[in-house]
Amino acid sequence: MELKSNEPTGPIDKRWTEHKANSKLVAPHNRRKHTVIVVGSGLAGGAAAATLGELGYRVKCFCFQDSPRRAHSIAAQGGINAAKNYQNDGDSIYRLFYDTVKGGDFRARESNVYRLAELSVEIIDQAVAQGVPFAREYGGLLANRSFGGAQVSRTFYARGQTGQQLLLGAYAGLARQIDAGTVKMYPRTEMLDLIVHEGRARGIVTRNLISGKLEAHVADVVVLATGGYGNVFYLSTNAKGSNATATWRAHRKGALFANPCYTQIHPTCIPRSGEAQSKLTLMSESLRNDGRVWVPRKKEDCDKDPKTIPEKDRYYYLEERYPAFGNLVPRDVASRNAMYVCEDDGLGVGPKVGDEPRRAVYLDFADAISRLGKDVVIERYGNLFEMYERITGDDPVETPMRIYPATHYTMGGLWVDYNLESTIPGLFVGGEANFSDHGANRLGASALMQGLADGYFVLPFTIGNYLGTVRQVSPLEDDDAICRDAIRDVKARIEKLMNAPSPKHGPDHFHRLLGNIIWRYCGMSRSRDGLKEALRQIPVLREQFYQELKITPTKDEGINQTLERAGRLEDFFELGELMCIDALEREESCGGHFRVEHQVDGEAKRDDENFQHAAAWAWTGDTAAPKLHKEALSFEYVKPTMRSYK
Amino acid sequence: MKTKNLKLHVWRQNGPTDTGRFEDHVAENVSEHMSFLEMLDELNERLIADGKDPVAFDHDCREGICGMCSMVINGHAHGPHERTTTCQIHMRHLFDEGWDEVWVEPWRASAFPIQKDLVVERQALDEIIHAGGYISIRTGSARDANEAPIPKPIADRAFDAATCIGCGACVAACPNASASLFTAAKIAHLGLLPQGQAERMSRAKRMVAKMDELGFGGCTNHGECEKACPKGISIDFIAQMNRDLLKAVITDRDVPSGHGDGE
Repeated sequence: MELKSNEPTGPIDKRWTEHKANSKLVAPHNRRKHTVIVVGSGLAGGAAAATLGELGYRVKCFCFQDSPRRAHSIAAQGGINAAKNYQNDGDSIYRLFYDTVKGGDFRARESNVYRLAELSVEIIDQAVAQGVPFAREYGGLLANRSFGGAQVSRTFYARGQTGQQLLLGAYAGLARQIDAGTVKMYPRTEMLDLIVHEGRARGIVTRNLISGKLEAHVADVVVLATGGYGNVFYLSTNAKGSNATATWRAHRKGALFANPCYTQIHPTCIPRSGEAQSKLTLMSESLRNDGRVWVPRKKEDCDKDPKTIPEKDRYYYLEERYPAFGNLVPRDVASRNAMYVCEDDGLGVGPKVGDEPRRAVYLDFADAISRLGKDVVIERYGNLFEMYERITGDDPVETPMRIYPATHYTMGGLWVDYNLESTIPGLFVGGEANFSDHGANRLGASALMQGLADGYFVLPFTIGNYLGTVRQVSPLEDDDAICRDAIRDVKARIEKLMNAPSPKHGPDHFHRLLGNIIWRYCGMSRSRDGLKEALRQIPVLREQFYQELKITPTKDEGINQTLERAGRLEDFFELGELMCIDALEREESCGGHFRVEHQVDGEAKRDDENFQHAAAWAWTGDTAAPKLHKEALSFEYVKPTMRSYK
Repeated sequence: MKTKNLKLHVWRQNGPTDTGRFEDHVAENVSEHMSFLEMLDELNERLIADGKDPVAFDHDCREGICGMCSMVINGHAHGPHERTTTCQIHMRHLFDEGWDEVWVEPWRASAFPIQKDLVVERQALDEIIHAGGYISIRTGSARDANEAPIPKPIADRAFDAATCIGCGACVAACPNASASLFTAAKIAHLGLLPQGQAERMSRAKRMVAKMDELGFGGCTNHGECEKACPKGISIDFIAQMNRDLLKAVITDRDVPSGHGDGE
């Protein structure tokens, strides 16, 4: 299979405009003849469903939560980038494009990234018009801050609740269309399979999470905006329900899965406190703007009260190792260094969990408080401090925060072309669910930007082009044989899970074990031997899962939350295996993918000669032997350089 | 690290028409650092291992922002700690109260039918938003975001209202099961901003009418909602809603009660 990116050529700043001018449109009276399914109601899905409905398509939107407003986009704290240059500090669309390509370590498609930077400015206009209450200066204009290593202030924010406010904006747009009758919302409804008919994506099989009923829904186009797969690690900053079933089931039906090994470990999360930990909580990395990261220089100081450790005995390791960027080095660099000081140097702080080395470093606001005053610091970070205190019982104004990296975002996802169409015609993928714009590493405040760019501005347009080109798909009804067969397959899968031969443990038991394997061997640093070990252990554990899984209630009718978790975990097993295969295949270090064999002085060593491509994997039926396809990447504008933040 | 044994009385109910009952359990060696939901996770793992049905409850982000978790703990919607969702309640908060015995119940309001155990249906809140809880702006047609400066105090005030997470604790805590705080927060958020002026009157009328229609009670100023609200949203917004509503009824009689935008 040849992967065609379908990106336009010509000057990069004209590509999206020309692409739009050369694309097909669907006339208003024809739009209402087309049904579009949107799975997921976060920034990408909610925005796409709202905009498609507004254009006059018949939209069916699905989410597993009880309301579309609960999608996990809501939890994003820090902000959203846009090349508005409101601060007059030299920002531009080109510079945001440049930073994103470089931040992604030269593993993203230039055309897509440029479009993203271009659309960023429209997102802010759209959000403000919807009533999103971004932070403002006293003069009444929008405020900005610098975020995660950027040398300009281009991040718009809404206290520490930017994702919430942007999602509620998209949700309001969705509500308006539900009110107008163009969008029908299906909450508490989970997609369990994709229906492909005559080579095109034509529908989905869903389970109603209240009644347990399986149903087929057909459409002319299917959009997946179902988020990332970070919960493969069990412990992550994702919501407990975040899962990869929609994308994985599409993958099994023929959609290629690209770069699964690109996962982002976020440096500023609250450390684990015990064995029963069910999730990790992120503290916005905007905290690194004013907080200083350190550990004690001496091991014997590690369990002391940090305030009693004198300045000379504090090791501000990021400031010392990276004088130019200091505490604002990119996420992967900050994360890996925290791991080194805790695991290799044994300088971690905080209480011990089991026999593990102490895994936490300090993030200290004492300097910021003496420089800016307590009020300013609280104005900036008050709600984050409160959140931290609620979880840990400590007040960051009085005592330094403790932080440690945790899985936060997955750059890999379903492969899509410039139109965000997957390798299955008629299946479009937006937001974190696709692999599109962040390459090997995502910059801070870029996820909200991508989700909304895809949802508001790209998908509604490229779907029009698809429908305008195809014009008419063959008729298909919800009760056609192909739909009945698809429901039957899902039913068989559920029955297998519910009837394990020697049931012993609920799904969480196996999920924790899978998470341990992935975190250990395919987390912040990866090695050939480790990945091979993971690939040995995962199938063994999966077999045990199929043998010993225990699900109660024992009926699949009605609410069965144990069954929901088991089904999602089944797909994480296969996806986790593919992650390790991809990480093993990629013999280089780039972005969030760090292979210990490929480094110079502890810094990642990319191999552009052999790996300047996206690795897109095809399902073969054998989880151990997927087929690799490569999309070569070329860089006409931003010439690949070695990253250096020293 | 402190640990404790806790006596639990958990509400079990098979479906909307079942009568329901409390079921007793003991949670052993609960650590102060555990979250309340992690304590329930452990209980559920034990129930599954014993072949019994686990307690169904709603939760998702577990960081206090998605609004999905919903439990009444010893009579308090979202538990004893102010401005905190159930998922952010940690056992130390219960220990601080000196509680050895905990009663766990679902939100109780006729507009929120109980689906199972602690799971309730809150679609009524979405329906209130569908009735005009938005600003009608077409994608891509917005003017530059900095063209209309908004005084910071007004933007901040709108933000205070906009932080509502739609959890429904205000309804659960209200003796009348009123959704006034929820509805007022949205009316105030949009009504304070210049962008929201065009639909301000129709919005107030439609949303309040919808709230009444869905079976929520009226506000009689108990103030329980503000106390239970995990985001600390002030009941002052209810006064503002009532002002807008009154003004709408008096000055704007011709506002259509149908769709804001029928396209």
